[in-house]
Amino acid sequence: MQRIGVFICWCGSNIAATVDVKKVAETIKAEPGVVFSDNYQYMCSENGQQLIKNAIKEHNLTGIVVGACSPRMHEATFRKAAEAAGLNPYMVEIANIREHCSWIHKDMDEATEKAIVLVRTAIAKVKLNAPLTAGESPVEKRALVIGGGIAGIQAALDIADAGFQVDIVEKNATIGGRMAQLDKTFPTLDCSACILTPKMVDCAQHENIDILSYSEVEEVKGFVGNFNVKIRRKARFVDETKCTGCKICMEKCPSKKGLNEFNMNLDTRPAIHIPFAQAIPNVAVIDSTQCIKFKTGKCGICQKFCEAGAIDYEQKDTFIERKYGAIVVATGFKPIALDNFNEFGYADNKDVITSLELERLMNAAGPTNGVLLRPSDGEHPKVVTFIQCVGSRDTSGCGKPYCSKICCMYTAKHAMMIREKYPDTEVHVFYIDIRTPGKNYDEFYRRAVEQYDVDYIKGMVGKVYNENGKLMVQGSNLIDNEQVTIASDLVVLATAIEPEPSVRKIATLLTASIDTNNFLTESHAKLRPVESPTAGVYLAGVCQGPKDIPETVSQASACAAKVIGLLAKSKLKTNPCVATPDEAMCNGCSQCANVCAYGAITYVEKEFRLGGGKTEVRRVASVNPAVCQGCGACTVTCPSGAMDLRGFSSKQIMSEVEAICKK
Amino acid sequence: MRDIELKMIERAKALLESGEVARVVGWKKGEFYFDPMPAVFETVEELNDFVYNSFCGANLSKYLIKVSKNPGKTAIFLKPCDSFSLNQLFKEHRVIRENIYVIAIECQGKLSVEKMKKLGVSAITEVNENGEEIVVSSLYGETKFSRDEVLLGKCETCKSKVHQVKDEEIILREMQAGKKDRFEDVEKLEAMSEEERFTFWREQLSKCIRCNACRNVCPACSCMKCVFDNPASGIAAKANDDKFEEQLFHIIRAFHVAGRCTDCGECSRVCPQGIPLHLLNRKFIKDIDGLYGEYQAGETAEGKTPLTSYNEEDGEPSDVFKGEEK
Amino acid sequence: MQEVTEKKEFTPNIVAFCCNWCSYAGADLAGSSRLTYPANVKIIRVPCSCRVNPTFVLKAFQQGADGVILCGCHPGDCHYVTGNYYTRRRMALLFSFLNYMGIEKERTRVEWVSAAEGAKFSEVMNDFVKTVTALGENKRLTDLRVKEGK
Repeated sequence: MQRIGVFICWCGSNIAATVDVKKVAETIKAEPGVVFSDNYQYMCSENGQQLIKNAIKEHNLTGIVVGACSPRMHEATFRKAAEAAGLNPYMVEIANIREHCSWIHKDMDEATEKAIVLVRTAIAKVKLNAPLTAGESPVEKRALVIGGGIAGIQAALDIADAGFQVDIVEKNATIGGRMAQLDKTFPTLDCSACILTPKMVDCAQHENIDILSYSEVEEVKGFVGNFNVKIRRKARFVDETKCTGCKICMEKCPSKKGLNEFNMNLDTRPAIHIPFAQAIPNVAVIDSTQCIKFKTGKCGICQKFCEAGAIDYEQKDTFIERKYGAIVVATGFKPIALDNFNEFGYADNKDVITSLELERLMNAAGPTNGVLLRPSDGEHPKVVTFIQCVGSRDTSGCGKPYCSKICCMYTAKHAMMIREKYPDTEVHVFYIDIRTPGKNYDEFYRRAVEQYDVDYIKGMVGKVYNENGKLMVQGSNLIDNEQVTIASDLVVLATAIEPEPSVRKIATLLTASIDTNNFLTESHAKLRPVESPTAGVYLAGVCQGPKDIPETVSQASACAAKVIGLLAKSKLKTNPCVATPDEAMCNGCSQCANVCAYGAITYVEKEFRLGGGKTEVRRVASVNPAVCQGCGACTVTCPSGAMDLRGFSSKQIMSEVEAICKK
Repeated sequence: MRDIELKMIERAKALLESGEVARVVGWKKGEFYFDPMPAVFETVEELNDFVYNSFCGANLSKYLIKVSKNPGKTAIFLKPCDSFSLNQLFKEHRVIRENIYVIAIECQGKLSVEKMKKLGVSAITEVNENGEEIVVSSLYGETKFSRDEVLLGKCETCKSKVHQVKDEEIILREMQAGKKDRFEDVEKLEAMSEEERFTFWREQLSKCIRCNACRNVCPACSCMKCVFDNPASGIAAKANDDKFEEQLFHIIRAFHVAGRCTDCGECSRVCPQGIPLHLLNRKFIKDIDGLYGEYQAGETAEGKTPLTSYNEEDGEPSDVFKGEEK
Repeated sequence: MQEVTEKKEFTPNIVAFCCNWCSYAGADLAGSSRLTYPANVKIIRVPCSCRVNPTFVLKAFQQGADGVILCGCHPGDCHYVTGNYYTRRRMALLFSFLNYMGIEKERTRVEWVSAAEGAKFSEVMNDFVKTVTALGENKRLTDLRVKEGK
């Protein structure tokens, strides 16, 4: 038999002035199951709590209802009090008779009547409450960072500095990412490699960091604190432990016609190569699609010349499995393909290039050793025209609807750098809007206009076509309201950026939400901007949304702080109010998993007894209580009613509905 | 019709004899010519009772949930519309694709014995389909109908003659989808006033005797234990425990199959009280199509249903009523 | 004082399901800002609007509610990321369906109320009560099989 205690709070005059608290307490005494009902001036006070504790002990209460302020205010207080008196804290329900009653009603009879209904409703619920215990799960004190660009590097360094082990998984042969390809960075114009490569070295030398380059995440199991990750270490055909990075193989390799991805395919590299001079790890990799040994079986020159004996044509992909407590996704971006933008003539004219290609053309380590030369004929361009928003802010469906955020600034940077190095070069920029919020950003852009005389033209470009060797850029000038055609030698497209396509697979593996543009979704746009809704997964850099280097680094450090906070815990407490399936009724139809934003639901094949000695194997849902956040979306999706939510069970809510409707 | 039936029996025999399948799901002779029944055939001998005629309207796919759990493969004869149901069952993991061998069969639309009776023909002994001409033999002679006169209600609005899943097919003649727009009757109801609609449904649903035929035949209503049979659910029905009961049952049933109902029409076909239950499910289908883009449950065996997916740009619940203000 | 005269005629019974993170907090804010709405609005707290099963709504009507309103976080702001997107679809379809069965569409409503929108909460409730009062008592959802109909 249930023994319910009811405690009505006056909240001074906050409740008592409009609700006849004594009448409420008196009336409720007659409710079935209620064995104790009292009122007090301040239930939340020391004395009030004592009154509750005493009553629980004295009357052997099995559940209590406190008629007081909002549960958002003092539910935790009263739960603690109950627990201190030996009652399970989840056997407490609050009837909100202040915010939802006394404060909004003026008529005492009306308010008192409503308070009685609200208390009865809480009683109806508490009668169906079940004692709940928060679960605990251990924390593996190791973090995984997916992606070795500046975001991944920064996150890994911060986590490692706090004393936790970190693995960086990078799909390319070296870490460094996009930032390694950049020439200079805005708004300070310092050399990108000069600030990035020391951090890469730090990673390589850090005793807590393990760089798994040329590797990809293959499988993720588990949940926050306990991820099991399978990592594919792709065969690079070079023994990482033996290669000294001497580059003799690159020199001797007879197949030198491979497109150099690092230089945006603007020049070539040998089949065996180290992506760039400061690569970390400084270890060669063989492009097996290009290598003569792989294609014909003959050659083997690199092996012959390698003094370290590092070349291994027989190497196969291997797999390692590791446990992690937290995962940072930092998969970065790529410029979009320009197939939908024929009007700019990118495919047909060698001298129409993307901004990232220009970075390589301006870089001292690039294909032209930093001398700006046209790709078509190696001449110095005299007129350079930039076109902004190529594929960004595009609602036509050809490009991306969002602003890529970094293009205004890097275009100003490029324009300035060209004017600085080659003052005789004319530079034009077509733009829709100039967006330069950020510290020292607008000043930077103004320098391009005012100090470097870059010709900014507000308007869109209709087309770019080749006429007698000149690139004719036809666009509108909205300020002067006229059509302009600029005969240019080089056209640079500020191409929109998009998340690195491999992020889709990662998102699926992690059951992390992803939006229609392939950006990973944060848990809360404002208040939890670096956390994925999937517990234990954090987001750094452009995989979450377009951003520049300083923002990426900030987000990476924020991720690191979150990860450190998580890994510092010895155990994770789990919310006991989670979904639980009744396996006897579960059809295994998978509808619940479809609506779970957290990937908390999986399915298992289980054997059930049918009676008569027979058994049957059925597919049933299984909820991971460490991952479930307790929203209840699954409960409504479940047609059989097998899925229910602890603390807010269907029976409880039905019972509340019944009580609250009674006049 | 008879030619297909013979071919079907031939295939069933071959499959059973070769051991490729352990059983075949089809129809067998009932007491009368016009009441063939769904049946499972496990031996060649049992196939003597196999039948496929104009009255084989029953959707067999739901039987697979139970039958296909037994060892060995199960072969099933599916009409185009039934194949949607099976795909939906695949999607919900109620039936495993690998365990099933689907034989797609021809269907020119099944016929309604009720309609024939209403048109004065009873004691039917045989039906021969001659294109659009239906020749019905009875103990009292021969009557000719046009196909449209005696087509089953659900076949009038046949949504597709394309099988959505199959391993082989037995199709001898070209098939045509229904001529009637399946939302026509829903629209008629929508055009009524609230009061009229209320009266319509009150009259219809008050006929309900809670025999559960609609639930039992429905391939989407495949829960091992129905919420209405589960006292813990809080909505379990005790016979006529209050006046709201039938309505609650049909609303919840329609909601539970929303986005999963393939519109096979079995609910209305089997209702002994003649309640047009399909008009409930079709309202959901029509709304889903209109609000969230056309969706046909059972078209594929993968993907989410409209109610387990969303679009950030979805309209508000209040938008549903916009523009229909009189 | 208007309320008093109305009360003598007909006071509707209104059940409001509020999500814990936005709308329940919005109702709290309405309270602490002393923004009144009629006492016949009673709130049931759910973790998320997506916890509200159509059976709860029907049960409320069955038990004598004259109007049922669901309140949740604004789409895009759901504490559980996507919960209210499902609510939006479910309730759009359910309410349209109820109306198809002849239930007055004004008896059901979904509103998005954030934790900061105490004023909106109060406005919504006042408006809903007004609408349902004008509609009168809910008879249809409790008497489909009423004997007089047969």
